[in-house]
Amino acid sequence: MNIKIAIIQFPGSNCDLDALHVLNNVMSIETKLIWHNDFKGSQFDGAILPGGFSFGDYLRSGIIAAHSPAIDEARQMLKEDKPIIGICNGFQILTEAQLLPGALLQNDSLKFICKWIKIRVENNQTAFTNQMKSGSILNIPIAHGEGRYFTDNLKELEDNNQIVFKYVDSNGEMGESSNPNGSLENIAGVCDLEQKCLGLMPHPERASESILSPESTTHGRLFFESMKNFIEKRS
Amino acid sequence: MTLKSAARDPVADTIQRDLIAKKGYDMVSHVRSGQYLKISLQAEDKDSAKDIIVQMCNDLRIYNPVTQKLNILNVTEANQ
Repeated sequence: MNIKIAIIQFPGSNCDLDALHVLNNVMSIETKLIWHNDFKGSQFDGAILPGGFSFGDYLRSGIIAAHSPAIDEARQMLKEDKPIIGICNGFQILTEAQLLPGALLQNDSLKFICKWIKIRVENNQTAFTNQMKSGSILNIPIAHGEGRYFTDNLKELEDNNQIVFKYVDSNGEMGESSNPNGSLENIAGVCDLEQKCLGLMPHPERASESILSPESTTHGRLFFESMKNFIEKRS
Repeated sequence: MTLKSAARDPVADTIQRDLIAKKGYDMVSHVRSGQYLKISLQAEDKDSAKDIIVQMCNDLRIYNPVTQKLNILNVTEANQ
């Protein structure tokens, strides 16, 4: 089956070309850049909301993009079992659009943080984690100023298995020192109830080639392999 | 729009700890930060102006109810 993926560009997106390179050249998945006003979900099997910024991130990160017609298209795609991933600013957009629970607040340190960290796989049943081992640790970079995950309904997230990744240390342990931004319960990524929509602050597209990784890992590929696997099994 | 009390507010904490307390204003016990929008609109009267603003803020998610509280301050009539 010939899978077709869209990367939705907003004014201010700046990780779109990185994602395009990884999908097309590393993963060999046919992928196109589409301007948010022109995006039609019916033409694609899945979509990526890339990192960067959107509309200056005025008012709050992601809120103006959340009102884009592209988000209505994304909502419809999810109803048709098509997977959507939001990376960094894409995650902020998906929470503001209420496609994902919770919100992203300014980092505890009040600083923009750009570094490689480790996350632990808490749920390997989603459209983007089905090729990962539960409890495994991934090397992946973060780069954000507003990544402190917050929800006023943590229990519901836990009960519904919607916490997908947590920030951990190299032993896989949670703690304050392994929490880069002050996220509630070290949460790095969450999914929707149907587990087809994933949002996370770390950047899988920057962790998919060994030359870019301090430990020569390619854990980012697992996200896109999982997405491909999900789409192929679904059809 | 102010952050809900359950959400930590590192901006306000820094203002209180590194400015207010350090400069001797020990009587200040609590600071919370927020965002402020001044909105001008046409409406029948003050009450309906407030109703429109509240509805708009909810409808367009101008404040995020997950993290923020909405406060409407100082509804006044402008001179024609």
